[in-house]
Amino acid sequence: MSKFSKKKKDMPAINTASLPDIVFMLLFFFMVATTMRETDPLVKADIPNGTEVKKLKKKKLIRTIYVGQARDKKYGKGDKIQLNDKISSVKEIKNFIFNSIDGLDDKSDANAMTTLIKADKKASVGTISDIKRELRDINALKITYATKTGNVMDNVK
Amino acid sequence: MARRQAPEINAGSMADIAFLLLIFFLVTTTMDVDMGISRRLPEKTPPNQKPPVLKMKNVLEIAVNKNNQILVEGKDYVKVDQIKQIAIDFIDNGGGVGKTVDGVPGKPCDWCQGKKDPASSDHPDKAIIALESDRSTDYGVYVSIQNELVAAYAELRDRLAKKEYGKTYKELLKMQESGDTKSESLAAKIKNIKKKYPEIISEKEKQ
Repeated sequence: MSKFSKKKKDMPAINTASLPDIVFMLLFFFMVATTMRETDPLVKADIPNGTEVKKLKKKKLIRTIYVGQARDKKYGKGDKIQLNDKISSVKEIKNFIFNSIDGLDDKSDANAMTTLIKADKKASVGTISDIKRELRDINALKITYATKTGNVMDNVK
Repeated sequence: MARRQAPEINAGSMADIAFLLLIFFLVTTTMDVDMGISRRLPEKTPPNQKPPVLKMKNVLEIAVNKNNQILVEGKDYVKVDQIKQIAIDFIDNGGGVGKTVDGVPGKPCDWCQGKKDPASSDHPDKAIIALESDRSTDYGVYVSIQNELVAAYAELRDRLAKKEYGKTYKELLKMQESGDTKSESLAAKIKNIKKKYPEIISEKEKQ
């Protein structure tokens, strides 16, 4: 009709040819920057704050003990200790440590291994000292209390 | 004879595959770095070992009860954020002479900047901090106190290192970690600082 009549024009398709490249780049970034999740936490461990924190570099030389209230109600209340993937008793800690040393490629690293205690800030010191007594018994002396960086006064509230 | 052209591979689903892998890695991996306050447990002692004789003035008693109240030297209730200064004053007092090593009597602490109060600790290598906790103390409070004590030592060591070598103790440690070329003198420096302000924290649990 007139020259103002609208021509039906298709939207140009967005070129997605480079999308796989972008996604692969992201993928490789995540593969390099992260580590595999080894355990699922079965206990609630809201770790306290600290200011004098040190980063633990070598993942292979860390074994983690979680302390806190169990997420699953069937374990009841009170502090529970989680070793690997299950709720355990204090008595099993020695075995857990020996197993972690067995799993090392280089046995000479045994003394360099750190036990990371990830405990809830409402957990009781008694549970922690029970763990420490077991660790002392078998000479696993390096420990780290897991903390976030933050103001220590928040722990007291 | 006409050559047939190889059919082009359809790469349209490549993005889907890559997304799937990406999401898999996002779910199964963690990025958080483990960190915390590092401590070394004391070694096992033989059962019939006698405890060493200590002067009361060389011991700073910090006790926490089950209501998370912190008592210093059996008389003052304090808050967590006061502990650092109390510990620094105690360690850095330098009121007397150091430990006798191999028959050589100790010297006074000439790097201490404390009040030289005769009623407080003699020397950093004699100053012991005794932390006593109850079984039902909150772990958060306990860690806070540990943190403050470590902070006190860190501050004193930083100050001394800054004065002697122009760098804080933390910087020295960082240099060592990154593998500096003059690592031997660096190790000696770190050892010297550690020797002048040794961390002596003893822990006890109230039965």
